[in-house]
Amino acid sequence: MLAYLVRRLLRIIPTLFGILLIVFLMIRLVPGDPARIMAGEQATAEDVENLRRQLGLDKPIHTQFLIYLASLLQGDLGISLRTRQPVMSEILTRFPATLELSVAGMFVSILIGVPAGVISAVRRYSISDNIAMLIALFGLCTPAFWLGLMLILLFSVTLGWLPAAERGGIEHLILPAITVGMVSTAIITRQTRSSMLEVITQDYITTARAKGNPEKVVILKHALKNALIPVVTIAGLQFGTLLGGAILTETVFAWPGIGRLLVDSIFARDYPVVQGVVLFFSLSFVLVNLFVDILYAYLDPRIVYD
Amino acid sequence: MRKIIRRIKWLEKARLGAFVKILENRMAILGIIILLAFAFSAVFADFISPYDPLHIDLEKMLEKPSTKHILGTDELGRDILSRIIYGTRISLMIGVISVIIGLLFGVPLGAVAGYCGGKIDNIFMGITDVLLSFPSLLLAIAIVAVLGTSLVNAMIAIGISQIPVFARLVRGSVLSLKGREFVEAAKGVGATNFRIIFSHILPNCLAPIIVQSTLLIASGIIAGAGLGFLGLGAQPPTPEWGAMLSRGRIYIRVAPHICFFPGLTIMLAVLGFNLLGDVLRDVLDPRLRMLKARI
Amino acid sequence: MTEPLLSIRNLKVHFYTYAGIVKALDGVDLDVYREETSGLVGETGCGKSVTSLSILRLVPNPGKIVEGKILFQGENLLEKSEEEMREIRGRKIAMIFQDPMTYLNPVLTIGDQVAEAITLHQDLSEEVIRMRIDELQKKHEQIYSSPNAEKIRAKIEKLYLTKKASPKLSWWDVKKASMKRALQVLNLVRMPYPERILNLYPHELSGGMRQRALIAMSISCNPSLLIADEATTFLDVTIQAQILHLLNELRQETKTSMLIVTHDLGIVAEMCDRVLTMYAGVIIECAKTRSLFKNPAHPYTRGLLGAIPKLHQKVEKLEMIPGTVPDLIHPPAGCKFHPRCLLAKDICKVERPGMIEVESNHFVACHLYGA
Repeated sequence: MLAYLVRRLLRIIPTLFGILLIVFLMIRLVPGDPARIMAGEQATAEDVENLRRQLGLDKPIHTQFLIYLASLLQGDLGISLRTRQPVMSEILTRFPATLELSVAGMFVSILIGVPAGVISAVRRYSISDNIAMLIALFGLCTPAFWLGLMLILLFSVTLGWLPAAERGGIEHLILPAITVGMVSTAIITRQTRSSMLEVITQDYITTARAKGNPEKVVILKHALKNALIPVVTIAGLQFGTLLGGAILTETVFAWPGIGRLLVDSIFARDYPVVQGVVLFFSLSFVLVNLFVDILYAYLDPRIVYD
Repeated sequence: MRKIIRRIKWLEKARLGAFVKILENRMAILGIIILLAFAFSAVFADFISPYDPLHIDLEKMLEKPSTKHILGTDELGRDILSRIIYGTRISLMIGVISVIIGLLFGVPLGAVAGYCGGKIDNIFMGITDVLLSFPSLLLAIAIVAVLGTSLVNAMIAIGISQIPVFARLVRGSVLSLKGREFVEAAKGVGATNFRIIFSHILPNCLAPIIVQSTLLIASGIIAGAGLGFLGLGAQPPTPEWGAMLSRGRIYIRVAPHICFFPGLTIMLAVLGFNLLGDVLRDVLDPRLRMLKARI
Repeated sequence: MTEPLLSIRNLKVHFYTYAGIVKALDGVDLDVYREETSGLVGETGCGKSVTSLSILRLVPNPGKIVEGKILFQGENLLEKSEEEMREIRGRKIAMIFQDPMTYLNPVLTIGDQVAEAITLHQDLSEEVIRMRIDELQKKHEQIYSSPNAEKIRAKIEKLYLTKKASPKLSWWDVKKASMKRALQVLNLVRMPYPERILNLYPHELSGGMRQRALIAMSISCNPSLLIADEATTFLDVTIQAQILHLLNELRQETKTSMLIVTHDLGIVAEMCDRVLTMYAGVIIECAKTRSLFKNPAHPYTRGLLGAIPKLHQKVEKLEMIPGTVPDLIHPPAGCKFHPRCLLAKDICKVERPGMIEVESNHFVACHLYGA
C-alpha cells in the first residue's frame, strides 16, 4: 500500500510541473504586449515600463520562470493590479466560500446520486427507475446557470422561501448547492445504476444469497462495495466539473468565492489574480484526484498490485 | 391459484422490459427530431425568423409573450424568438467547431501515443494529463482570458479543452487494437507506420470516436453558453443564448421570459445531442464487435 | 428403504425470455438419501445447475419455478417463506459453486466470507464465553500470587455459571468468535497457513485454495445436504484430484449427504453411491453407481459412457452421440432424446416415457423397456 502511495505521488510531479508551466505562460501568451494591456488604456509609456519591470516581464523567459517558482514556494503569487493587495490574500479570503459551495455540491450529488442509483438498479424497469433516469437525463442537459436562475425565480422571487444571493446561513447554501451539484448528481446516479446492475449479476452475489443473507445485506455489503469502485473515480472527476460549475454558480448567486474573483479579474485585465485563481483551482482538482486514487486503493484490494 | 397469479405478474414484468426498449427508441426519435429542428433553424434562419434579431425597438421592450412576439421581447425590444433562432447558428457552430479542433489534434495525439508507446507515449500522455488536470470549463475560461473575448476564441478554447478527451479515448482503442492480426499483416506487407495507424487502426476505432464526438458537441454547446453567460464568448449584439441569459438576469423579476426561453433552448439542444449520442452508442457498440477489420 | 432427505417431484422451471419460454426443467424427479452421495450427470445445458439452484430457490431472473414439490426433511421448500428459506440456506442446505474466482467477492477477505455463514446462523455465545474465560485464565496465570488473582478467579467462576444463559454479545465479540470458528473450518478443509489466509483477498490465493475456501464456506454450519455444482470443473486436473480427495474425506468424517452435479463421469464413479442422468430438463435414468456403469439402460447414458476413451481397450473411433442438444423453447414431443436416438420407435415420438424399474433399484425412462 505504501509503495503504491509513493508511486502515485511521484506520478504527480511532472503533472504539477506542467500545470505550473502553463499557468506561468498564461500572461506571456497574451497577444500583444501584456504589460500594456494590463496597464490599461490610460497608462503612459512610463507606467507601462514600470509595470513591466514590476512584473519582471523584461527579463529573459527562463529567469522569469525561476523567479516565478521561487515566489510560489514562498507563497507569493504577486500583487493584484486592481486592489494592490497580494494575490494570495485575495484568494485566501474568498477560497473558503468556493470550498463550501463545492463541497456542498459534492455532498448533494453523492447523497442523492448513490441511493438513487442503487434503488434504480435494484428496481430495474420500475416506475421509480424510469422517473429517476428521466430526471437524471434532464439534469445532465440543464445548464447550471439557467437552473440557478430558475430556482431563484421559483424559490426567491415567487415563493420567497429562500434568499437569492450572498453567502450566509444554511438557507443561503441550498439553492447554490443544488445548482452546482445538479449535473454531478445526474452523472453519479447513472453511473451507480449501471455499476450496480453489472455487479448484481455477478456470481459472488449468488454465493452471498446461498449463505442465507437477507437481501439488504447482499445489496449493501456485497454488491455496493464492488459497485462503488468506478463510481468513486467518476465522483472525483465530477469534482472538476463542480469547480468549473462553481464559477458560473457564484456569478448567478453573487457568491463571494474565487470563481467570481476570476471573472471580475478577467474583465479588469488583472492577470496576476487570474493566474493565481487558475493555479488554485487546478491544484485543488489534482489533490482531490489524488485522494480519490487512494480511496480507490482502499476499496479495491486488487489495485495495489498494479 | 398462487401459481397462476405469479405467472401473470411474471409475464407483465417481461412485457414491461420490452416496453422500456420501445421507450428507449422513442427517446432516440425525439432526439433526432430535436436535432433536425435545430439544424433547420440554423440553416434557414433567414426564412423562418419572424423578425430581425438585431432590430432594436425600445418602445416594445420587456414585452411578455404574445401573438406578435411569440416568446416576448428583451430589454432592447428585440424579438426573443428570432434571436434564439439565429443563436442556433452560433451555438451549433461552437459545438461542432470545437469538436473538430478536438478531433484534429486529439486523435493523432492519442493514436501516435498509443501506437508508439514508450517515451512518446509518456510525453504525450503527460501533456494530456496536465490538460486534464484543469477542469474543462476553467481551461476554456483561462484560454479566453489570455486570447481575448470573442466567439472565435471561445471556440478555440473549448476545442483545446476537448483535445485530451479524444487523445485518451483514441489511445485506449489503439492500444487494444495494436496487437491484432491485421496490424501484423499490414506490417508484413511493408506498410509504413503512418499508413498503419491511419488506414488500418483508426477506422476500427470509429465507433467510440463518433459517440464521443456527439456527446462532446453537447458539452461544447453548454460550455459555449457558459462562456457567453460570463460575457467571455460572442460579444453583443450577437444573439448568443448564454449571453441572452446573462443580460436578462436583472429583469428576472419583471420579465422572466428573457431568461427562461434561451435557457430552455440550450437544454433542448443538449438533450438532442445527448439522446443521439446514447442511440449511437447502442447502435454502434454491438456492431463494433462485428465490424470487420479493413485490410 | 428409509425416507429420502431430499425429494424433488415433477419440478418444472421456465425461463421467460424475449425469444420465448425456455423449459429448462420439465418435470424433474430426484431423491437424495441420508448419508449418501448422489450424482447428477448430464451435458452442459441439460438443466443440472438449474436443478441445484431451484433447491435453494435461487433461480435467477427471468427463471421461475412453475410447478412441482421439493421436499426436504419432509417439508416442501417451495411453500416456505423467503425468511424461512434464508434460515435453510447456508445452514441446512449449502452449495459449493464451480468457479472459485467469480464466486468469491473480490473486495472482502476470505476470513470475512467464510465467517459470514457462521455469523448468520450460529449461536456464538458459548464461543464468546469460552474466549473470555481463556483470556482471564491467561491473565490469572501471570499474576498468580498477587491479590488480584482472587478477583479474577471469581470472575471465571461467574462466567462458568453464566454459560447457560446468553450474554450480550458485542459486534467485536461476534467477530472474534466467528473468526475463530472460521479458522477451525479452514483447518477442516486442509487449507495451508489458515491464519494468514483469513486476512487475504481472493485474488491473492491460488485456484485450489480458493476452491477450498468455497468448500469451507459451505460446510461451516454443518449442513445436512451439501450440493456441489460442478465444483471441480474450473480446476487443473491435479488440483481437482486433491479437492475430490478432500470432499471424500469430508463426507466420511461428517456423514453429510451430498448431491454432486457434474458432467464428468469419472467424478461420479469415484464419489457417488447413486447416479441420475439428466437430459433436456428431465431425469432419464437413476441407479446405484455400479449398476449404471455396468448396465447402462438408457441409450443416452450408453452414449455418454461409450464416449469416454478407455485405456484398456483398443478402439478405433470414440463413439459419438449424433445431433445436438434440443432447443428448449420448442422441445421435441414425446421422449426428448428421440431425435438423436438410434433405437427410436414410433411411440418415442409421441409419448413421454415414465420411469420403469429394469433391475433392483435401477430406473430408466425409455420405451425400450417395459410394456
